[in-house]
Amino acid sequence: MNGVNLSVRSGEKIAIMGENGAGKTTLIKHINGLLKPTRGEVKVLGYDTKKTPVSLLARHVGLVLQNPDHQLFAETVEEEIAFALRNFGYPDDIVKKRVEWALNVMDLARYRRTSPFLLSGGERKRVAIASILSYDPEIVIFDEPTTGQDYLQKQKIAQILNLLSLQGKTIIVVTHDIEFAAENFERIVVLSRGTIVADGRPEDVFSDIDAIRKARLLPPQITACAIELQKHYPQINVKTISVDGLCQQILKLVNPFLSS
Amino acid sequence: MSVIEVEDFSFKYEGSDFWAVKNINFKLEEGELVLITGPSGCGKSTLCRAFNGLIPHFYSGEYRGSVRVLGHEVKETPTYELARFVSMVFQNPENQLFASTVEREIAFGLENLGLSRDEIRERLEEVLEIIGIRDLRKRAPFELSGGQQQKVAIASVIAMRPKILIMDEPTANLDPVSALEVFQLLLKLRRELSMTIIVVEHRLELISSFVDRIIVMNSGQIVLDGSPRQILVLPEVQRIGIGVPKIVLLCKRLREKGVNIPSLPLTPEEFAEEVNRYRTRQSY
Ligand SMILES: Nc1ncnc2c1ncn2[C@@H]1O[C@H](COP(=O)(O)OP(=O)(O)OP(=O)(O)O)[C@@H](O)[C@H]1O
Ligand SMILES: Nc1ncnc2c1ncn2[C@@H]1O[C@H](COP(=O)(O)OP(=O)(O)O)[C@@H](O)[C@H]1O
Ligand SMILES: [Mg+2]
Ligand SMILES: [Mg+2]
Repeated sequence: MNGVNLSVRSGEKIAIMGENGAGKTTLIKHINGLLKPTRGEVKVLGYDTKKTPVSLLARHVGLVLQNPDHQLFAETVEEEIAFALRNFGYPDDIVKKRVEWALNVMDLARYRRTSPFLLSGGERKRVAIASILSYDPEIVIFDEPTTGQDYLQKQKIAQILNLLSLQGKTIIVVTHDIEFAAENFERIVVLSRGTIVADGRPEDVFSDIDAIRKARLLPPQITACAIELQKHYPQINVKTISVDGLCQQILKLVNPFLSS
Repeated sequence: MSVIEVEDFSFKYEGSDFWAVKNINFKLEEGELVLITGPSGCGKSTLCRAFNGLIPHFYSGEYRGSVRVLGHEVKETPTYELARFVSMVFQNPENQLFASTVEREIAFGLENLGLSRDEIRERLEEVLEIIGIRDLRKRAPFELSGGQQQKVAIASVIAMRPKILIMDEPTANLDPVSALEVFQLLLKLRRELSMTIIVVEHRLELISSFVDRIIVMNSGQIVLDGSPRQILVLPEVQRIGIGVPKIVLLCKRLREKGVNIPSLPLTPEEFAEEVNRYRTRQSY
């Protein structure tokens, strides 16, 4: 990391994107205190991470690691999800309730007694997510939550993010999945070589060709179509992300007399 | 002879109470580049493991039917034998890495093939260059970012130039441009070495324009098998929960509104061309 300034408001939902090795994982590990800054400071809910024990931060900041295998160790999925809850000293009945909730929400109920290590890659990732969601941290950070997930599971993860957001939680998601980011976030932070090169609304960030190129991103497919079309038809707006938005513009193009 | 022939293949992991894959039938010819996709847990990785012999030699369970790779019956061929022509990039790259430096990681597989020192050095340099990880050569694989590790895993498998290459979600941790570069590389490997390639992938918007054929699985079975242009427009695909590329959705929407784009574009460039063509036709 090199001279990063970033502030995330309580209740905000942001996506962090950027090339391999850009420093995304490094950045979020600073938020839950796994890493401490060598220069500058990181404050989480007012706590200076250098002076605050990781155990205290852990209660407030839930981090789902990029590789679920670094996080999983219990013998059954159920045990895995219950672990943090027990650790934080919740009584048995609450533990039970929260585990049930997390199993259902992450579509894992049928695997409750299965070893996490016998699950498919996408399923393991969901167990890792469930075990963090179960203890209800105020800040949730997901490193690549959509890897190994099919479209429906991605939609489900998006819904969960919305739900958490409605509950007022702060959500930070690292992702390489452009379509997922474009569909589900209002703020995208782009990191490249350890510095922030763009920070804003998806339609602005994804049409910022310079930042996109630096961070080895691509615009979402619809934006890319708009960019290609605009080369021939200047009236096309390149800051278009939705299928509907581009469809309307093309209809106008092929039939100028069409109203809306 | 087909490169891969699968007949009535079913597999149930030991201790499991359902078939992870069932009644699989298909053939793959030399030089084909196919995409296998389907919901999480539908059996994609299980099928991949049946090609390189991990199933049934490493994972035990109930095995039915036949999987032949270059004429070898997999269940009767030891994995080291299969390893001479089938290589796999695993879903989780870290499980594949063990050496102390990136260079050694890549050289290891080549040494095992019994190649000469010069040949190893040549292939090493070449693959570091194509995958774009020259600057990581002296680094320890365990101290790399997730995507960098994935690149190392891909490099070490590609350097072996297997006849059959299997990649299980190889781009899950790659930035979008790196993912496209990997797919471009697959085209090159196919063209220059007639490699037969199977890729498992969820992000269809990135890969569709690179493959000849898409096999869709659901609940352990193959449910669709055809060219991208045939498969992507089918309503079943969306119903199963496959992420259909936005371009396909856009073309469908335009069609509903009376703007008929006859040939389905798979890239933004193709899309713009099709719209242009439509406009030209319109002005006659
Ligand atoms: N344990 C480590 N020891 C030394 N260097 C590391 C370690 N982990 C990561 N790095 C290096 O730090 C830089 C940033 O890595 P980081 O994991 O934050 O990248 P990232 O943006 O998350 O990338 P990816 O998209 O590939 O996951 C990279 O150059 C990487 O090689
Ligand atoms: N080693 C194993 N033992 C038992 N069941 C397994 C094992 N590996 C995978 N499975 C199960 O088999 C099914 C198919 O898994 P997998 O082939 O990994 O799916 P995919 O790669 O399509 O996500 C899943 O239900 C998964 O939980
Ligand atoms: Mg990372
Ligand atoms: Mg898999």
